[in-house]
Amino acid sequence: MSSKISVFRHRDNFLKYRYLLGELVKKNVKLQYRNSVLGMFWTFLQPLLTMIVLSIVFSNIFGRGSEEVVNYPVYLLSGRLLHEFFTQSTKRGMRAVRTNASIIKKVYVPKYIYPLSSVLSTFVTFIISLVVLAVVIIFFNIIGKDPVAISWNIFFAVIPIIILFFMSLGIGMILCTLDVFFKDVENFYDVFTLLLFYLTPIVYTVDRLGFAPGSWQETILKINPMYGILEMFRAAVLHSTEFFAFFDINQLWYTMGFTAVMLVVGFAFFYKCQDRFILHI
Amino acid sequence: MKQYAIEVNHVSMLFHLNRERVDNAKEYVIRFLTRKLHYTKFWALKDVSFKVEKGDRVGVLGFNGAGKSTLLKTIAGVLKPTTGNVKVTGVIAPLLELGAGFDPNYSGAENIYLYGATMGFSRKFIDEKYNEIVEFSELGEFIDAPLKSYSSGMKSRLGFAIATAVSPDVLILDEVLSVGDAAFKAKSEQRVLDMMADGVTVLFVSHSTESVKRICNKAIILTKGQLVAEGEVNEICEMYAEMVSKK
Repeated sequence: MSSKISVFRHRDNFLKYRYLLGELVKKNVKLQYRNSVLGMFWTFLQPLLTMIVLSIVFSNIFGRGSEEVVNYPVYLLSGRLLHEFFTQSTKRGMRAVRTNASIIKKVYVPKYIYPLSSVLSTFVTFIISLVVLAVVIIFFNIIGKDPVAISWNIFFAVIPIIILFFMSLGIGMILCTLDVFFKDVENFYDVFTLLLFYLTPIVYTVDRLGFAPGSWQETILKINPMYGILEMFRAAVLHSTEFFAFFDINQLWYTMGFTAVMLVVGFAFFYKCQDRFILHI
Repeated sequence: MKQYAIEVNHVSMLFHLNRERVDNAKEYVIRFLTRKLHYTKFWALKDVSFKVEKGDRVGVLGFNGAGKSTLLKTIAGVLKPTTGNVKVTGVIAPLLELGAGFDPNYSGAENIYLYGATMGFSRKFIDEKYNEIVEFSELGEFIDAPLKSYSSGMKSRLGFAIATAVSPDVLILDEVLSVGDAAFKAKSEQRVLDMMADGVTVLFVSHSTESVKRICNKAIILTKGQLVAEGEVNEICEMYAEMVSKK
């Protein structure tokens, strides 16, 4: 009985503050580009430029000559866009309560609104930046060098994107709670995301590393949920005509399971600690 | 049966004070291992109970550190009491430190929507009140300038205008009546008096018995987190003046 009432209370509270959530997302996206001459264009330019730099640096080492990669720049860009969304959204989510400490100390606001809006606004810019991926694919198809065959299956890319969003939200909530109590989580996490960049097949492919199947090195690489998410995303983007040959259902179950655990742990941890936030910020 | 706007039931608030703030893991681990993780327990509020009837205007008196702000924050829902509970009936407008929800890079107009949303208003409601807010804040054409170019007076005028745009049932005032210049001060006081005429319940924190007498009809005194007196405003203000002179 009482839990039923509490569910309704949470829903009513969410509906009441839904407009605030929208306003915060709008603000984060808008302010990111205000006062910059190129404005929104940076969303496209930044991944494009890093793709070019990384392509030049790594294509000789990992790219050319490996048959399993249809198009190295597209392979690289797709990995980097998803990795960038994950690190940016979790980092912003992590700082969300601290950055908004002055408000939380003075007005009653449901606190989860802040990490949620940080992850959501990063998600909005991420979705916009996917345009760059489309443009690059079209570019290679027009010049005819390493063309990427496209079919309707490309829309299966929505699945890993949705999983990635919720995984980032869950991890962002955990980090946000920890950050309130221990500020040096931020420093640890900076190092961790760098490590994650190299542990995730963004610039390389796992096959190319030449580990024996079932070796401990390979297990470590594949236990990383970003691996499964990237593999599914690339199956849809780089291999859309033969999507089902490249799509591994086990990766779907694994990443979904991992995400569910992160979400439940994230929200439970946040809710358990949120009344004490104000004493620490 | 009387209708209560605010019910404070046995509210206690415990703070763990550390001699130095430990906010990073290294310090925490070191102190934990060396057993230097001392906390001093500090009760900011001790078993405070009172009820405020609808339409009453209650002054909260007390010395610095008596727990006045803590009390207001528990009523506003910012702090959750360690024990006890607070029940507020109706819409509450906490005029605590105006403009806490402003973003300096946003224009005044954008901040009206942002701050309004932070206070839990809907878009439709802010749309309706938008002109009234701009007019009351006297910002004119500056409303489209970024907030970081505003003077502190302009900011508090805008904050006051937004926070009072809603017709609240309960108004919490923490000596904010001193916003802006003399003319605006008079105007904001008039707005509060208008709301009181409409029967709003007021909680007013002040050190000055003069302004408490002017605004309130009842008063309470807090000393070291405990409620020591409550009653009619003149009687309580006299007691408080006596306490001040004894100190």
